[in-house]
Amino acid sequence: MMSLLEVKDLQVRVEDREILHGLSLTVNPGEVHAIMGPNGSGKSTLSHVIAGKPGYEVTGGEILFKGEDLLEMAPDERAAKGVFLAFQYPVEIPGVATMNFLRTALNAQRKARGESEYSTPDFLKKVREVAKSLNIPQDMLRRGVNVGFSGGEKKRNEILQMALFEPSLCILDEMDSGLDIDALRIAADGVNALRSPDRAMVVITHYQRLLNYIVPDFVHVMSRGKVVKSGGKDLALELEASGYAQFEDAA
Amino acid sequence: MNVVLAKTETGRALSDAFIVARDRLPGTGQILEQRRQAFDAYERAGLPHRRLEDWKYTDLRALMREVLPLAPAPDAAALKHAEKTLKQHKVRGTRRLVLVDGVFAPKLSETADLEKGLSIRSLREVLEAGNAELQSQLFAFDVSNPMVALNTAMMTDGVVIEVAAGTVMSQPLHVVHIATGSVPAAIFTRSLLRLGKDAGVTLVESYVAADGAKAYQAHDSLVIAIGDNSRLDHVRLVEDSAEAANISSAVVTLGAHAHFNTFGMTSGASVSRYQANIAFAGEGSRVETNGVNLLNGKQHADTTLFMDHAVPNCASREVFRAVADDRAHSVFQGRIIVRPDAQKTDAKMMTRALLLSDEAEADNKPELEIFADDVTCGHGATTGALDESLLFYLRARGLSEKEAQSLLIQAFVGEAIESIVNDDLRELAVASAIRWLEARA
Repeated sequence: MMSLLEVKDLQVRVEDREILHGLSLTVNPGEVHAIMGPNGSGKSTLSHVIAGKPGYEVTGGEILFKGEDLLEMAPDERAAKGVFLAFQYPVEIPGVATMNFLRTALNAQRKARGESEYSTPDFLKKVREVAKSLNIPQDMLRRGVNVGFSGGEKKRNEILQMALFEPSLCILDEMDSGLDIDALRIAADGVNALRSPDRAMVVITHYQRLLNYIVPDFVHVMSRGKVVKSGGKDLALELEASGYAQFEDAA
Repeated sequence: MNVVLAKTETGRALSDAFIVARDRLPGTGQILEQRRQAFDAYERAGLPHRRLEDWKYTDLRALMREVLPLAPAPDAAALKHAEKTLKQHKVRGTRRLVLVDGVFAPKLSETADLEKGLSIRSLREVLEAGNAELQSQLFAFDVSNPMVALNTAMMTDGVVIEVAAGTVMSQPLHVVHIATGSVPAAIFTRSLLRLGKDAGVTLVESYVAADGAKAYQAHDSLVIAIGDNSRLDHVRLVEDSAEAANISSAVVTLGAHAHFNTFGMTSGASVSRYQANIAFAGEGSRVETNGVNLLNGKQHADTTLFMDHAVPNCASREVFRAVADDRAHSVFQGRIIVRPDAQKTDAKMMTRALLLSDEAEADNKPELEIFADDVTCGHGATTGALDESLLFYLRARGLSEKEAQSLLIQAFVGEAIESIVNDDLRELAVASAIRWLEARA
């Protein structure tokens, strides 16, 4: 079976500083991987490089997505192929109504894949269904993208998009940051509803707490730009008890 | 008969140009004398240049070089050509009034079955009929501005619209300026819109060119008088051809408790200047003026507004958005004067420019002159590029670079377009903006 995502010996620089020093990670369809690590270990850099954010220079290694060279693709091509990054800090876009944005994005992805555009009734029906399950009120969809949304609303809006676009790889970057426990539970329920044998998830988090709600199959510990330990879900609990210091020393 | 007006490299004017053209210009006696004086004023000044403060960013000697010969009156072929063009620019639910190459075209216009209280005549008709009151309003422009002086001297035709007191019209009027451009030429028009007390109307103006139009210059001017308790909604779309110049002036006067909501968008013409003087003559009135420039290539577009708060208790809002790509140049000059008696004035001006390329340029010149002490006035200006973090977010959601830019540009100009009250007209402006965005994609 071909892996969904293969990151091989990835080296990444930002300006003059190397952030990732030979990171490897393999993700198969249906799997949920958690990437944990202290601040500055390179977790978010990994998510940005996979999504194609400008400003990162890949100096070595490769990323294959469904066997194709992901690094050769523009960010929108990656999205159309099934890569989805749920942002740690979703941006506010005044003047662009959420509904218009969702439709434009969904149809752009479908067009890029050679699929027909959604009809308006089908689109509306789908958005309403998903919005309801995530406790997103209709008036939020009429507002500008993320404008005036609370932290929890912004994260739910990310999950709404994830549900609409049906990506095969979801990267959740610090989804728990800034969320209280109720907001976290709603968001996690939304994510869990999207777990499927065809879809993989990479959950990036600093804290173990999120993993009580989104239970991973694999846990990787990152430190100083590398994966320094991998294991099952129990590794997260171990970390919670012992902290990251042991790995900082090891790296 | 074509005449060359002024070769400006030398600042020398051809004095007999006006004399040659005047046979085609309506009005005799005092009108002719006023034209002659205006032409003299233009001749002394020539095309405005950068050493004049008001024209610092828009040097017409460099940008236009010369004034083209007066356009010939449209013949049957030109009218037919114009009719074809008109089909693409019809706006649902409006009453159309069409000027072809600067001449009122009754056959293309809808002047039958006018609502009670609405009067529409051509400028030629009014100037030839000798109505002293209308004529004095038509000559209300200050000819110390050279382009106004030239327009005053050469105005050939236009529409004169009167909305009687107490008449609130639901159907918008759409004045369409069509240039057929059979030969390189200049068009000179002047129109008047007069609203009596307690009246209301919506006026749309479009400037368009027939397919294949040669280089032309549209020199237009508009006099607006809004009576007490009256309201005018005004939309102005400059979609002239890429080689055209559009030099337009407006003089607007508001009575008491009047309301003027105006929106202008320039996406066409190689060189354009819109200069408007808006004066409050009665208390309790309000003006909202919103504008958008969408420019690319080497387009140059200048909007110069003068808001004259001469009386107390009036409010004005100016919102301007400029988008400049390639080597385009956008200019916004906004001057607000609050005269000594104009207490409780509330005047605000906000202009923002978005530069899509390193070579694009936007100049903002806000000026506030306040001579009263109990007022609320403010202005702000920003210039910047598209936000990279927003672009990345959109691209990560599947939008191509151009699609992401288009969405953000639409949002950027949206705030100004939203000011249009009439749904159909707002859609018209949105459609015009989308045409521009699609053309660059």
